[in-house]
Amino acid sequence: MSSIAFSPNGNSLRWFAAHEGRLIWRDFTSLVTGGKPQRIALVSTIVLIFAGLMHWFVAHLMRRAFEAGIAMDKSTLVLVSGLLAMLFLLMFSQAIESVTRAYYARSDMDLILSSPAASQRLFQVRTSVLAIQTITFSLLIAAPLINVLAYKDGPSWLFAYIVLIALGGIATGLALLMTLLLFRTVGTARTRLIAQIISAFVGAGFIIALQGAAVLYGEKFSRISILQSEKTIGLMPPVESWLWFPAKAAMGEIGSVILLLLIGMLFLSVIISYSARRFGADVLATAGLVHKRTQSTPFKGFGNNSNVRAVLRRKEWQLLKRDPWLMSQSLQQLLYLITPGLLLWVNYGIGHGVYYVVIPVVVMASGQLAGGLSWVTISGEDAHELIDTGPISTGTILRAKVEAVVAIIAIVVAPFMLAMILLSTRAAVCLAIGVFLATLCSVTIQLWFRSQANRSMFRRRQVSSKAATITEALVSVLWAVGSALMFYHGLLIIPSIVLVALAMGVVWYIRPRREV
Amino acid sequence: MNTALALEISGLRKTFDRPAVDGLNLRVKAGEFYALLGPNGAGKTTTLRMVAGLLQPDEGSISVCGTNALVDPLDAKRKVAWVSDEPMIYEKLTPLEYLEFISGLWGVEPSVGEARSLELVKWLGLAPHAMERCGGFSKGMRQKVALAGALVHEPELIILDEPLTGLDAGSARQVKDVLLSKVRQGTTIIMTTHILEVAERMAERIGVIADGRLVAEGTFEELRQRSTKETSTLEEVFLDIVESGQDALFESLAA
Repeated sequence: MSSIAFSPNGNSLRWFAAHEGRLIWRDFTSLVTGGKPQRIALVSTIVLIFAGLMHWFVAHLMRRAFEAGIAMDKSTLVLVSGLLAMLFLLMFSQAIESVTRAYYARSDMDLILSSPAASQRLFQVRTSVLAIQTITFSLLIAAPLINVLAYKDGPSWLFAYIVLIALGGIATGLALLMTLLLFRTVGTARTRLIAQIISAFVGAGFIIALQGAAVLYGEKFSRISILQSEKTIGLMPPVESWLWFPAKAAMGEIGSVILLLLIGMLFLSVIISYSARRFGADVLATAGLVHKRTQSTPFKGFGNNSNVRAVLRRKEWQLLKRDPWLMSQSLQQLLYLITPGLLLWVNYGIGHGVYYVVIPVVVMASGQLAGGLSWVTISGEDAHELIDTGPISTGTILRAKVEAVVAIIAIVVAPFMLAMILLSTRAAVCLAIGVFLATLCSVTIQLWFRSQANRSMFRRRQVSSKAATITEALVSVLWAVGSALMFYHGLLIIPSIVLVALAMGVVWYIRPRREV
Repeated sequence: MNTALALEISGLRKTFDRPAVDGLNLRVKAGEFYALLGPNGAGKTTTLRMVAGLLQPDEGSISVCGTNALVDPLDAKRKVAWVSDEPMIYEKLTPLEYLEFISGLWGVEPSVGEARSLELVKWLGLAPHAMERCGGFSKGMRQKVALAGALVHEPELIILDEPLTGLDAGSARQVKDVLLSKVRQGTTIIMTTHILEVAERMAERIGVIADGRLVAEGTFEELRQRSTKETSTLEEVFLDIVESGQDALFESLAA
């Protein structure tokens, strides 16, 4: 038995930090190793190989830029600023999510708040940890690019790490400020939902806006192309403008680095110390949400349809409609349909190139949406036992739930399908086949991996079965590529069919076996 | 009293890591209020989950109101209602919408289901909240909604797993009254409970299950006579039966 040493300085900042650190480390290792600590060496090796590949990929992608040389001119500043803005919004999105969780997750809050410990200290530690997590996440994403730039173009690019730390501080501070403002304006009951929706839209919004702008200004279907376009660069202020100081800092201008770091850390400290004083009261206010707001719905009498499948389908739609958080989470996939929609509209009647973008994006989004909705209806059934004790066969139950999902997918895809039919029957057929197959596979995977969960676990569904999640994404991608290739030549879908069959065979083999 | 059997279990076995139900035989007459008692992990819930069709037995037979539940599970489910200690309700539905959904699941004619639902909602004191979504309901109100769901399709057998856990005195009283009234109308009720006083007062017959087997059965009086000690309450009788059962088990293991 291992000996346990009790800290003599309980309730101190260091003590809280050690406690939080231990919990986070155990959560992290359990997540990456699937609860088997002996896998840590294997996981580390895979991560290192992946990191190596990413560095190689970035170096390969940027070889022409290195050949031409990188100068601190307007075009470089626009591109670097754009990339920093993308990372900042990503950090902001993640920070909103984490801050909301810090206020609302009740796991140990009642224990701590009922103890004589100062909740301010706990909050200071928790928000600092949030900032560290947010920053680490973006550093990991940006590391291959920064390292390659530092290696090929000079070590001054390493200052980009400090710029990201400063931006991470600002992002976390802003997320805290936004949460507090929401508490004061819309109240604790609505803050969580609104914050989560903002987080989802901020995360995807900037990238989609860049893509949308690229499409509207006739650039390529790339989020970077708009940042490199001469039109964009021409519209931007001169190199001397203060607007470029974060980009200049990332490129190694010491004065800008120090200024940005000071702003970031100062802003975060001020917001943390202000919000920490209110933390106990705010958390107690969220605790009051156990007593949920009463929501009434007028009684219109029982419907006439006594068909059991219709009853089940109606229940699914009713529950989805009444759960705005779940709706926003599931329908996030639709955000990615904005740009192909725009592309269809802009290129109406012009060339074939548009189909090679629209078909795969719509197919991919349908597959992913089908996967999410199938999980909600099949595994996220809040009253599994009630349904299972009903005098209906499992087949009927599952059929009704799948019908509910397919109907939603059909509604989402219908406008694209109509536009396609008007433009090209061949493209419409390819799109229909792609959407059908992607939906079919996603639903099938969810049926094989169905479990007894509830809707509130939606965000953790990827963690519960990594094999199902990875295959679902892979199969959607394969059908997306396959259906676009099929538009070029019918037989080109064959490689996708073979690869999907292989992937589905593997998940079928490893699917959990069930008794009843 | 109707002498037909509402539930007949023979040689029922279910093993997880160890045997949870070990050759259980049980007979409950139609129209009877039967309490199934036992210490934690005795196999009560596992047994009832098999009856409700939520678990597949390894061995044995289950007959519900004359229907072989393992051969024709859908017909058996039509006659049974299952109420667990964690109410199986939807937070985003109102009690009336929930009852409409259950009526649909059990194939109750919509007009009949609506009339019954309105009556049940009134009977269980849920009328003021009938159009409010269940998300904001207390444990007692949720349990009453779940109970209304169990009654709306008029089952012949109601299985309740710890239905009074967490209920305040008023709600518990209301639930007990509803259950007794249903028994008077001819419905069979099988209930597990750790509140022995409830079993003593409400149940016509009591079964004690330990280590997956029925170790004692009878009316409270019969069980008291069986007890080796001078006992006056069901709690004392129950503890005596369970202890002597465990002693016998230790002896057989030692042998």
